[in-house]
Amino acid sequence: MRLSCIVNGEEREAENVWEGESLLYVLRERLGLPGSKNACLQGECGSCSVYMDGVLVTSCLVLAGQAEGREILTVEGLAGEDGLHPVQEAFLEAGGVQCGFCTPGFVVATHDLLQRNPRPSDAEIREALAGNLCRCTGYAKILDAVRLASRKMGSA
Amino acid sequence: MEFLQPSSLWEALEAKAAHPEAVPISGGTDLMVEINFDRGRPKTVLDLSRVPELGEWAPENGHVRVGAGVTYNRIVAELGADLPGLAMASRTVGSPQIRNRGTVGGNLGTSSPAGDGLPPLYASDAEVELSSTDGTRRVPVSEFVTGPKRNVLRPDELISAFRMSRATGPQQYAKVGTRNAMVIAVCSFGLALHPEWGSIGACIGSAGPTPIRATEAERFIEGVLAEGGLWETREPLNDAVLGRFGEIVATAARPIDDVRGTAAYRTYAVGVLARRSLGWAWDEYRRGGP
Ligand SMILES: Cc1cc2nc3c(=O)[nH]c(=O)nc-3n(C[C@H](O)[C@H](O)[C@H](O)COP(=O)(O)OP(=O)(O)OC[C@H]3O[C@@H](n4cnc5c(N)ncnc54)[C@H](O)[C@@H]3O)c2cc1C
Ligand code: FES
Ligand code: FES
Repeated sequence: MRLSCIVNGEEREAENVWEGESLLYVLRERLGLPGSKNACLQGECGSCSVYMDGVLVTSCLVLAGQAEGREILTVEGLAGEDGLHPVQEAFLEAGGVQCGFCTPGFVVATHDLLQRNPRPSDAEIREALAGNLCRCTGYAKILDAVRLASRKMGSA
Repeated sequence: MEFLQPSSLWEALEAKAAHPEAVPISGGTDLMVEINFDRGRPKTVLDLSRVPELGEWAPENGHVRVGAGVTYNRIVAELGADLPGLAMASRTVGSPQIRNRGTVGGNLGTSSPAGDGLPPLYASDAEVELSSTDGTRRVPVSEFVTGPKRNVLRPDELISAFRMSRATGPQQYAKVGTRNAMVIAVCSFGLALHPEWGSIGACIGSAGPTPIRATEAERFIEGVLAEGGLWETREPLNDAVLGRFGEIVATAARPIDDVRGTAAYRTYAVGVLARRSLGWAWDEYRRGGP
């Protein structure tokens, strides 16, 4: 089937989409957007997190056709003309990135958290990021990065 | 694979009538895992995510009727006052990403004994609304689920909604798992106090082939409350009564040993959850809570 949706503000079309494939597969393999990562395909790791119509979802659990006509925002769409988004800067500055595989998911989930709750408590950060796994950092620096992002965005 | 995408409930029911083999998908948080791992490749998929009727809820004389496609996130945000037990259970489901997509309709469709949406429905005698082009029938949730991953849904039917009484007393949901989020329940317990009827609903989750109403424990505590006039005086429940309630609840469990826990642990833990839940709910009632 053919799939059209708006991805990072642009109208995009994918041809020959198999009805059973996930939005994650469409993004990575058909639309050339490999930022969202594939690590579990079962909703457990969060590395494929994107927004669909403004709602944070794991794109591996969205059936391609469910995204028809929807607005998708991926990690590739967060940076602006003038450089990285403050959440991305904060992950770099705080050392919240090691191998980087989990980072796109954490960045998108953190973006979502700070939009809803600009000054989250540590418990709220843990709760909001419970669906994102990292095998490298031990999470301490990821929490630092979220706190830093919150401060950056608060002063911006 | 054929992909059907109705845009109204009637269209969806017609599609299901024409394609009884079609597998519905709502949030996809159960079904997509099956498809991604090739554990069953449906010939036809019926996408319910664009059926507006399924995403609506409304009060209905003392009850609330909730469309099968209302997500956990919306239940937490919109139904915390009317359905506090279900909202508490919804808060324990998966992660924000899962709660943004997952639905109680999907939880019913999966009919897992560990489904967190189910014990609160049992504890308030919810009815599941099943629709087809021939009409609608309402089935008590305890009759809807017939076994692990089994239910009475016919091939031409969809789950359109569930309907349960609005809370008039405190409700609780408690769950044992290895961490605070992203866990399948080792065991769980849902409780609803119904002061206007002098009754209690209690349901065990993840410790049997289906969720199990703890009816003997319900009758026990109803008796204690009625005999002591406690609904009126709002006096405290003593520890012996709370403990006894937990013990009787535990006798209703029919758990198995599996990777998440042993049967013995589940039986014990369900009793603890029940005792604590009743304590919390009764304290709230004494403070004049809902
Ligand atoms: C990472 C992760 C964590 C999870 N954590 C939890 C948890 O903590 N607690 C818990 O209970 N569950 C959990 N789940 C399981 C799942 O999220 C729930 O069962 C959820 O309620 C499923 O809803 P859905 O809309 O996504 O269902 P779907 O996957 O869309 O559908 C599930 C089943 O129901 C059927 N179905 C869906 N809607 C209808 C309908 N209207 N009529 C008829 N049949 C229908 C489908 O055909 C399918 O068989 C988790 C899943 C994942 C991936
Ligand atoms: S790849 Fe989607 S949650 Fe892990
Ligand atoms: S940085 Fe390697 S998985 Fe998180």
